[in-house]
Amino acid sequence: MSLRTPLGKVLGRGSAGDGVGHWWEQRVTAIALIPLTAWFAFGLLRRHAGKFQDMHDWLSQPWTALLASLLVVTLAWHSKLGVQVVIEDYVHSHGAKTALLVLSTFLHFAAAFAGIFAILRMTLA
Amino acid sequence: MSLSILHRITGVALSVGFLVFVWWLMALAQGPQAYAEAVEVLRSGFFKLLLGGWAFAFIYHFCNGIRHLIWDAGVGLEKRQARRSGAIVAVATLVLFALFVWAVYCATPVTG
Repeated sequence: MSLRTPLGKVLGRGSAGDGVGHWWEQRVTAIALIPLTAWFAFGLLRRHAGKFQDMHDWLSQPWTALLASLLVVTLAWHSKLGVQVVIEDYVHSHGAKTALLVLSTFLHFAAAFAGIFAILRMTLA
Repeated sequence: MSLSILHRITGVALSVGFLVFVWWLMALAQGPQAYAEAVEVLRSGFFKLLLGGWAFAFIYHFCNGIRHLIWDAGVGLEKRQARRSGAIVAVATLVLFALFVWAVYCATPVTG
């Protein structure tokens, strides 16, 4: 006999109230990051990373800028979800947990927008 | 198993690395002067060590992440299979990291 109510089963949201959304987003971003990170790593290794002109020329090309923007957004998203799980698992004080989750959200959003802003500035300048 | 907690540790390390990556992008967007200053910081001994650590963390998290995705598809969950895929991840990580070190120091102009 199950203690789950019929309504709970139909909604499928579980105890945290948001269902499998978090789990699913973590996997979808992971799949997207396989080609995106591999592309960026190889692109970086093929160039003079220490030289401004080399990096700027590369990242200001339209397709590079597009893929790099996708990379930044997907990294931020995946990282936010991962850090959230770690905080929820290891920080037990409710106050500290909430504060860290809010801080992590702020940092990830700020980093994502900064990354996109930097890329757009290079490619549209 | 120890590979599992390593996935989390490398993940958190890479989250910090992501912030440095964005800082690097911002320096690049600001111009040659700011970029030269950022590169100087990244070339310091301490940061060189960190960058090597992030490269290792990325390679491991990448390989073991693929292993997790395969598990999520319901494949390879038997103990024997999981041990074997763990060994494959360990070997792949070491080989790719060795290739990375070789690429940075010998093959490409990355440090130029």
